[in-house]
Amino acid sequence: MAKLYSKKKLAPQMILPKKETISFLLNYSKALSTYKVGNVSIEIIAN
Amino acid sequence: MANLVLPDAVLVKNYISGDESALASLIERHQSKIYGFIYSKVNDRDLSDDIFQDTFIKVIKTLKTKSYNEEGKFLPWVMRIAHNLVVDHFRKAKKMPFQRETEEYSIFNYMTDNAPTIESQMITEQVEVDLTRLLDELPDDQKEVLVMRMYQDLSFKEIAELTGVSINTALGRMRYALLNLRKIIEKNQIILTN
Repeated sequence: MAKLYSKKKLAPQMILPKKETISFLLNYSKALSTYKVGNVSIEIIAN
Repeated sequence: MANLVLPDAVLVKNYISGDESALASLIERHQSKIYGFIYSKVNDRDLSDDIFQDTFIKVIKTLKTKSYNEEGKFLPWVMRIAHNLVVDHFRKAKKMPFQRETEEYSIFNYMTDNAPTIESQMITEQVEVDLTRLLDELPDDQKEVLVMRMYQDLSFKEIAELTGVSINTALGRMRYALLNLRKIIEKNQIILTN
């Protein structure tokens, strides 16, 4: 088999989002509530 | 911990049912691929974080309003959202989406090299530079598939869904990309050693 010159270590695999971003998303998810009234969807963010 | 072994579809169901930890597991499981994909397009950490955040805000809203209907295809669905947000960004900024090397960012800054010697590092870097130049010679569709497969570690199924072509077409593009690379290497008598 031909030699493969492109190695996986080239991939920026360890580039991850900031912890603050993940933390924000998890907190946002916990704070978000959605309700459907008829065809209208209402979003409520808890403080 | 148990969430780590559950399939995406189960985690999605659990999250919709109110299990917030399922979302953390889904993010933990897929953050590298999604963030890596975004970063490969925009080459900017802060912007990548913004787009990653917007992507998951859309995911959260869609799941919470129970309008998600792509059970079993969570990652491709999220990747498509991320892809659309990247496109939106470049539409707004009127920039070209494939600007890989800049003064601020070089992919080589993020490489790890097991060989400790300077010489082997220099040789490795030169090979990578040559390879990057070779990739630039490929048609865009072939280059895109090769980069997604080799650099972003996406499956051909994921590549097919992201590029809007069949798996066979993606496989064909990969094949022609490799054939063309070999042709260029032979034609120019390039020596890639490591």
